[in-house]
Amino acid sequence: MIEFSRVGHRFGDRVVLSDVELTLPERRVAFVGANGSGKSTLARMINGLVLPDDGKVLVDGLDPAKDGRKVRKHVGFVFTNPDSQIVMPTAGEDVAFSLRGSGLSKAERARRAAEVLAEYGLDGYAEHPAHQLSGGQKQLLALCAMLVLDPAVLVCDEPTTLLDLRNKRRFAELLGTLRQQVVLVTHDLDLLDGFDRVVVLDGGRVVADDEPEPALRYYRKLAE
Amino acid sequence: MISAHEPGTSVVHRAPVGAKLLALFALAAAVFVLGSPLWLGVLCGVVLLGYALARIPARRWLRTARALLILAVFVFALQWWLLGAQAALVVCLRLVTALAAANLVTLTTPVDDVVSAVERWARPLRRFGVRPESVGLLVGLTMQAVATLSGIAREVREAAKARGAERSVTAFAVPFLVRTLRHADELGEALAARGAGDR
Amino acid sequence: MPDVPAPRVSLPAADLARTVVFAAFIAVLGIFPGIYLGGSGVPIVIQNAGPLLAGAILGARRGTASVVLLLALVAIGLPLLSGGRGGLAPFVGPSGGFLFGWIASALVTGLIVQRAERPGLPVLLMATTAGLAVDYAIGIPFLGAYTGDLGAAAVQSLVFLPGDAGKVVAAAVIAAVVHRALPGTLARPAVHGE
Ligand SMILES: Nc1ncnc2c1ncn2[C@@H]1O[C@H](COP(=O)(O)OP(=O)(O)OP(=O)(O)O)[C@@H](O)[C@H]1O
Ligand SMILES: [Mg+2]
Repeated sequence: MIEFSRVGHRFGDRVVLSDVELTLPERRVAFVGANGSGKSTLARMINGLVLPDDGKVLVDGLDPAKDGRKVRKHVGFVFTNPDSQIVMPTAGEDVAFSLRGSGLSKAERARRAAEVLAEYGLDGYAEHPAHQLSGGQKQLLALCAMLVLDPAVLVCDEPTTLLDLRNKRRFAELLGTLRQQVVLVTHDLDLLDGFDRVVVLDGGRVVADDEPEPALRYYRKLAE
Repeated sequence: MISAHEPGTSVVHRAPVGAKLLALFALAAAVFVLGSPLWLGVLCGVVLLGYALARIPARRWLRTARALLILAVFVFALQWWLLGAQAALVVCLRLVTALAAANLVTLTTPVDDVVSAVERWARPLRRFGVRPESVGLLVGLTMQAVATLSGIAREVREAAKARGAERSVTAFAVPFLVRTLRHADELGEALAARGAGDR
Repeated sequence: MPDVPAPRVSLPAADLARTVVFAAFIAVLGIFPGIYLGGSGVPIVIQNAGPLLAGAILGARRGTASVVLLLALVAIGLPLLSGGRGGLAPFVGPSGGFLFGWIASALVTGLIVQRAERPGLPVLLMATTAGLAVDYAIGIPFLGAYTGDLGAAAVQSLVFLPGDAGKVVAAAVIAAVVHRALPGTLARPAVHGE
């Protein structure tokens, strides 16, 4: 369960979040809203990449402000740009990189990495140069690099922006099958089928918070 | 990984990395201290003997030798004009000996070996919070970043061309740097999200 | 940053990423061919502007770290210097001192830039000029030790002065624009936590 209590945040003197009050026990949660409305900032707070100036965030009882390390183990994060998430030369090494601190032997890490790659549609790509994968494959790789750690929560910030229609659909289907709690930030409202809850942000405030259908109806009206 | 290494199985190849580096430092020091063309000539001969021992194929040393020769001739001419023939000879021998020796070490030592040697040497530093295994990580991360930035540089140059600004330094350097820094921030977040830097 | 509210510690990962990426940046300045300076038709090597930019943009600590990292990778044999040079030879060659000088260059440039509240062009120019000066201050005596004649070494190095002076100005101008484009780059904790 993710809890935001009276969360506020500023960059310099610009207020980007104010008074966000949310309790999110649902398995599939989405943040939507206009550019600059504060979605990414809110999502980053879930794993302590940004700490709130006011209020408090709790992720399954863990406070990112105090337990940064534990929270980041508990929460996986997939970013928009897959190129920036890949840190190692080959797909297998990149996934194995996540397991560095796990105490597993090098061979075991490589084996686990290959398993996870195979599970999420990158079977046989362990030796492949990571930067020569297609955009969709790179984003899958970024997902694998997180899932190999088996986090309890997965936050994705516009993970499909750079993907084509087919890869986007595949990624969305994959998200649907995960056992993790998923928080998805997106502008692509088609991805929200099967979501339990949609939070609409505007100017740093929560303006709607409901099941997808009514929330999105509100959001569409807001945009007009 | 691209590198200047030339695989082989000779004594020189098999010598421990530390020994080779020590020998190189000793030799570099000697080259600087010695001022007599005779002794420098002897040292130079020793280094060339090392090349023979390592059985470096001709295609490798020919290229190096040609580059070195051109440099030596140029330096010799300049020094002769400035300082006289004897001094010019000394400078050239120093140059050739030091460069050839350093190059020999690089040719016969794979990057991976150096990385594991450094990791081994860093082990005693563990108690000061240094993590030896991060040496290999740094190498991998940097080479990865070189690949990414080369791609960015290419894109930025094409964009500058498209705007007819291929001759402008700022039209290239500023967007390149801004994207470089953005990449650094994103990489930092991705690394943090994957637990790098957390202890 | 003007008014940073709570004490924020930047994560080691953010520092690490900056250092690594800037080391790669300096390498790419050398690898990437055909950067044309001014109106001349000849592509010139601008890699030695890299340490100045590192100090001017990242500040002393991370700027110096990135130069040290780059030189360490060169030393272990990766061809990251301009013209694909790598290994130990560049360090023991006659211009090796200028390479070692890069470290001091980034440090001095960074230290000066950091002193300014908002680094503008005058401060940046002073910083990059000082950065180049310390590079020369280390490179020329090294060359002098090689040739056995400091004066001759200094005279020889004069050949590079016009080009390097151009790079000093270019680095300062570029850093000024970057600081305006990304305010807070010197100090901004990119990632918060702990
Ligand atoms: N590092 C930063 N420094 C200063 N301001 C920032 C920073 N990051 C975000 N902001 C500002 O905070 C506000 C909210 O940004 P945020 O990235 O959370 O928006 P978003 O809802 O994710 O937008 P988008 O849909 O465009 O991704 C914006 O006004 C942005 O300019
Ligand atoms: Mg966003």
